[in-house]
Amino acid sequence: MGYVAVKGGTEAIENAAMFLNYERIKGNSEPLRVEQIKEQLYLLVDRVMGEGSLYAPELAALVIKQSAGDTFEAAFMLRAYRTTLPRVGYSIPQSTKEMRVIRRISAAFKDIPGGQILGTTPDYTLRLLDFELLNDTSEKRESFIRGLFNGIDAAPPIPDSFPKVIEVLRNEGLLIESVSSQNGLPACLPERVRSQSGNAQAGIFDITRQSLTFPAPRSAAMQTMARGETGGMLLLAYSNIRGYGDIHPFLGEMRVGYIPVKIKHPLTGEPYTVGEVKVTEAEIIARFTIKDGSPKFTLGYGLCFGHNETKAITMAILDRAMQSAEPKPVTEVPSITAFEGRLNRGMPSEDQEFVLYHLDGIESMGFCNHWKLPHYVTFQSDLDRLKKAQQESGVKNET
Amino acid sequence: MKLKEWIANKEHKDNIRHLSACNAQAEKSEVRHKFSGYNFAFIDEGSKREIRRKLLKAIAIPGYQVPFGSRELPIASGWGTGGLQITFSIIGTEDILKVIDQGCDGSVNAVNIKKLISKVAEVRTTIDTHEATIIQTRHRIPEERMREDQILVLQVPLPEALRRIEPSEVETRRMHAEADYSLMWLYLYEDIVKFKEISIASRYPVMVGGRYIMDPSPVPRWDVPKLHMADTLYLFGAGREKRIYAIPPYTKVEPLEFEDFKFRIEDFKGESCMRCGSKDTFLDEIIDDATGRRTYLCSDTGYCDKVLEGKEGKYYGD
Repeated sequence: MGYVAVKGGTEAIENAAMFLNYERIKGNSEPLRVEQIKEQLYLLVDRVMGEGSLYAPELAALVIKQSAGDTFEAAFMLRAYRTTLPRVGYSIPQSTKEMRVIRRISAAFKDIPGGQILGTTPDYTLRLLDFELLNDTSEKRESFIRGLFNGIDAAPPIPDSFPKVIEVLRNEGLLIESVSSQNGLPACLPERVRSQSGNAQAGIFDITRQSLTFPAPRSAAMQTMARGETGGMLLLAYSNIRGYGDIHPFLGEMRVGYIPVKIKHPLTGEPYTVGEVKVTEAEIIARFTIKDGSPKFTLGYGLCFGHNETKAITMAILDRAMQSAEPKPVTEVPSITAFEGRLNRGMPSEDQEFVLYHLDGIESMGFCNHWKLPHYVTFQSDLDRLKKAQQESGVKNET
Repeated sequence: MKLKEWIANKEHKDNIRHLSACNAQAEKSEVRHKFSGYNFAFIDEGSKREIRRKLLKAIAIPGYQVPFGSRELPIASGWGTGGLQITFSIIGTEDILKVIDQGCDGSVNAVNIKKLISKVAEVRTTIDTHEATIIQTRHRIPEERMREDQILVLQVPLPEALRRIEPSEVETRRMHAEADYSLMWLYLYEDIVKFKEISIASRYPVMVGGRYIMDPSPVPRWDVPKLHMADTLYLFGAGREKRIYAIPPYTKVEPLEFEDFKFRIEDFKGESCMRCGSKDTFLDEIIDDATGRRTYLCSDTGYCDKVLEGKEGKYYGD
């Protein structure tokens, strides 16, 4: 009877959970070791740490295994685990000049101070299937590594720090500081708004402790994007550079490497290095704006956990897009002619609310999937409305 | 009874005291739990305390959405994380918990949430509305009238009642601040012009304390009158949207209506529950596979059981 279907939940969900586990382990292959995921699927680990907002390679590898490779689920589990950890303090702000670089490039200048370092990248590889990998063995790997290092002279070590490409432009007065130094709000906002918002305490918003308010301080926007879902951010940034926006970016510099995490010693107050995190940083230069009578370039900034270049670049584009000179809300009604309509229509990627509210993978994935939950009551209520409206409009109700 | 009197009344201070007691308990000691590696009631004590502060603010400004730093939980956003964070923040070892989804204790999501809560905070659970001290619910308010010493925690997917007319949060916050609700009234009017009916079914907007338009969560129209001058504290949690709001006991809660176009609840046209025979409950419509015949069952299954056993509680209508 119907009643059973409504009530029979407990056993069914327990069985489903067990069946889910079974599905992952039923094959004949060797159990996947967490260490293998960490070392051999490191880009996936980096992505999950970034979106999960917790720098923990071991745990990220674990959740990737547990979720059978679903990045949404994996980041979600990591984020939920994060909830259980107390906030012990804030690290000391760190300049990325001190980054231990493993890759840094500029697309704006051919020759940059310190030189371009290509590092590891698939950018210039041919995307042909490597059928050799079908029969991958430890012996093959060892012989490849031996061949790689055999007879190579020791290269000079990579310097500890590199000057920033952007600094060249900044020193020559070609760049506007698009952000108010006071509270990190976009400079395009009226002074009245900027003086009202922002955190008086430290000037830095903490999105894990406060919910977003708009206009959001730049620190809040940065944090929200740093843990945004890579695909969602790519979509919004792509919409801007393809046509629904006006950014036309150049990649001033992108670097990947390790930066130290420093905290104040609780007793002495001295800076103390507690570890390091791998990050990707992107700085984009965009078309100039007239500020104080003289035209200047503008800057967009992106930084995320791990090696995730697509995310860092899209973050920088969105950062710049949200600071557009006169951003119009998406909700603004377009005017009548197509030409005026295009000029007047707000671009989604330039609207802070639109961007920041919709790019979190854990929130968007959760809400989309919640439509799988029963909605018997609300649907019943809707049916009642529909029948009433049909009655009123004179349509004969068949029941 | 006025809200002020309710707070002043010693007997009814229990709920407020409960919130304060949780704070004190958290300060005194780290309440560790058997379930390895996790704090009692999952969330760390500092965060729970922050949520309780936001709850007190919400109670002080009935119907106003208080922003809070929502945390991620091991169930997905949109699946009751707002309600769950409230429950985790107010639950103590002596509480008796009931969880319902669509009115039903046995529904998959209710079972799942109850399982999580009992795993990280070993409390007694019940399916009896009268026995529970805290009831967490999705989409329904129990048929039995709840008491002053009980708390109903509602899971909220979309806390902004004005969202259907205005997508921007900046704008809706301004509208609330200025009590600028003309667009909402216009929406209802246009609905009547179009359909000769207000088409909003569940999530029917209400005016709280004559000040804020509030989303009562997706409860059916049937449950809206239960919010008015209730004996119980209603707490609303929207995790994904990071908002908490409340209706304290004995608060005026009025569905939006026109003098000449009154709010109406769902009409079951005299149908009754085929299991317990009730004619005064919200009914689920069941279509029989074989015959295609429509039958009806109580949506509130705990209540249905009670009526069947001949020990029903107090009706709202009484």
